[in-house]
Amino acid sequence: MEAASVPAPGLTTSQRVRALVGRYGLIVVLLILPVWFAIDDLASDGNLTRFGSNLVAGLSNGSIWALVAIGYTLVYGIVELINFAHGEVFMIGSFVSASFIATLGLTTDTAIPILFLGLLLTLVIAMLASGSLNTMIERVGYRPLRSAPKLAPLITAVGFSFILQNVGLLWRGGSQEGITDLIESQHKVFSIFGVPITNGDLLAILVTIPLLVAMTAFIGRSRLGKAMRATAQDPEAARLMGINVDTTISLTFLIGGMLAGAAGLIYALYQTTIWYFQGFTAGLIAFTAAVMGGIGNVRGAVLGGLIIGFIQQLSDNRIGSEWTPAIVFAYLVLIMVFKPSGLLGEQTREAG
Amino acid sequence: MTATATPEKKERSGRPALPGWTKYAVGVAVGLLVIVLPFFYDPGSAFIEDCTLALAYVVMALGLNIIVGFAGLLDLGYVAFFAIGAYTVGWFGSTFFADANIHIGVAEITGNLPGIHLNFILVVIIAIVFTTIAGMLIGLPTLRLRGDYIAIVTLAFGEIIGRIAINGDEIKLAKIPLLGGLFENWFGADQTMTAGRQGITPVDKIKLPFVAEPFKSLDLRPWYWVALFMVGLVLFVSFRLRDSRLGRAWIALREDEVAAASMGVPLVKTKLFAYGTGAAFGGMAGAFLGSYLNTVNADQFQFAFSIFVLAMVILGGLGSIWGVVIGAVLLSFINNRLIPDVLNSVPQKIGLDFDLTQLSFGIFGFLLVIMMILRPEGLLPERRRKIELTESEATTDEAVYSARV
Repeated sequence: MEAASVPAPGLTTSQRVRALVGRYGLIVVLLILPVWFAIDDLASDGNLTRFGSNLVAGLSNGSIWALVAIGYTLVYGIVELINFAHGEVFMIGSFVSASFIATLGLTTDTAIPILFLGLLLTLVIAMLASGSLNTMIERVGYRPLRSAPKLAPLITAVGFSFILQNVGLLWRGGSQEGITDLIESQHKVFSIFGVPITNGDLLAILVTIPLLVAMTAFIGRSRLGKAMRATAQDPEAARLMGINVDTTISLTFLIGGMLAGAAGLIYALYQTTIWYFQGFTAGLIAFTAAVMGGIGNVRGAVLGGLIIGFIQQLSDNRIGSEWTPAIVFAYLVLIMVFKPSGLLGEQTREAG
Repeated sequence: MTATATPEKKERSGRPALPGWTKYAVGVAVGLLVIVLPFFYDPGSAFIEDCTLALAYVVMALGLNIIVGFAGLLDLGYVAFFAIGAYTVGWFGSTFFADANIHIGVAEITGNLPGIHLNFILVVIIAIVFTTIAGMLIGLPTLRLRGDYIAIVTLAFGEIIGRIAINGDEIKLAKIPLLGGLFENWFGADQTMTAGRQGITPVDKIKLPFVAEPFKSLDLRPWYWVALFMVGLVLFVSFRLRDSRLGRAWIALREDEVAAASMGVPLVKTKLFAYGTGAAFGGMAGAFLGSYLNTVNADQFQFAFSIFVLAMVILGGLGSIWGVVIGAVLLSFINNRLIPDVLNSVPQKIGLDFDLTQLSFGIFGFLLVIMMILRPEGLLPERRRKIELTESEATTDEAVYSARV
């Protein structure tokens, strides 16, 4: 893979062009929108403030997508399945958070220490709910099909996605629902170079980074994390080495679901609207992020999430939010054309 | 629909041997019954309405069956072809392009209306051309990809087309680069691409050559027969393709891509043909449905519809032609009759506060899960597929690591 992408002397021009496209094509494609709008801003306003605020909002959004994308990437790395229901697990995380906040009776008037503790508790509850939901889906829908053709679990995943959407529909109704803006997410805290940083941005960063650090440490250091990596590399050998593959796979789904639950809470607080259909689009955006970074690659998922968040924000702000899904999906197709292995390279069995 | 379409010469063992002609006799009888069925009902009855819809869905399901069932390429964006087919009849069979004035082979009443009005046969041909091209274009980026990536790329394309349909009322044709000037000349400066969520309506009724009057919305029998004819045509094409060189190449591809390639199956051509043919069926049904439902509305083209058609194929049995027909008819009746009319009030009767129609896609999702876990080969499995699903895979690594310790 690597050797082919380095242009060696003695290649024909077309081979060299192909190698260049394979190597830098995706990066160039990714840069088109940002560069275009940056030049546009410089030409019309003379500064990059608007572009900067897009960037900040994009990174906050992106950190949510990153959390969801890790769920995709972990699961794909270990069972080579696109967990289609993952977006809906994220949606359920939002719903659980909203309901639990209402149960606790948190309002904008609640004293800050209590609010903080309440939200922390909500975070734990949302993570547990989404995590156990994801594990249950794996147990019911995917495990019986592990030796079936690959199409089969993918179809049950789609089925679960629809079931969960309807659960959401019955739970909180079919229309977008506003929830209390507990953290005053649009409130400006400080600004860098004239770009305002809001409460929402801080929340997204403050929840995401510790979670990412904790998860990376878990996968990198702990025994169970080691088992996960071993199973992803070669399940057969892992089993021979005495690793309980079933437990490890369940654990992977649990971690992925927990991160999606955390993302659900941040989304609810940051966007202050939730609805049963948010999971579908979010799932596809996050999947795009996972593929962009290189599926199976956790760092890639984070990078991809941030990039997609930024692109999405640019498109929301400049082109119109009704076009955003189309643009994100166009990016997905372009990634598939230029570099299916993503920016940082895949880490799956098939890719080798 | 005819008995000649099932050439099964060999007697299967374990069954009482019937004389060879019984199969044909039953086929002819069923075919005749299906043809005369509308005469037993009122021309405008809801039953014929549902049957016609079911037949149109059969055409679509058979199209998707070629892509997913025969070639094994999971397509989650099949709704794109429905959309393109429907927009073809919306563009070339309604008053949508009010500044244009083209009439070819239409009835006198329609002849006086502004807009482009082409004969239904022409519209169907254009729809088939459009969808075949679209199918191949969608197929192109997926050629190098693995199975589940194909699903996502097709889904992305389906969503992009759906988005264009919804937001198309903002796109001015005159502002499209390169071709804009041409469009401005033809359709005027304010012509949009689609009518978005409002929908293009009314759409011309089907008018066949040599018949003076177009179809009426109160007499549904001709609609039924046109749909039935399309089903017959698509069935014939499906059977012929399945037993052709191309069909065998698709099945080889489905079973093992690497092995098929090394045996000399041209991957690119084979895959693109699968996408093209499957898409063409979808376009045909889309054009019919646009005219039959009398509207081309962007809300019809949602991801859920792709899953609806996929559920038909899976319920019936991936790759099994008769199975898919049964699956499509069943699901169509469940969706259009059983859930909204028969069972809709059940939750309220037992004291729950919702309608069952809200949950129809949850029900289909549930059906997908149950089918995959309990009977992955479908109601009426294709024999070959069943072997694939049940054959012992003791040597693959998946089987080894999923075995209980």
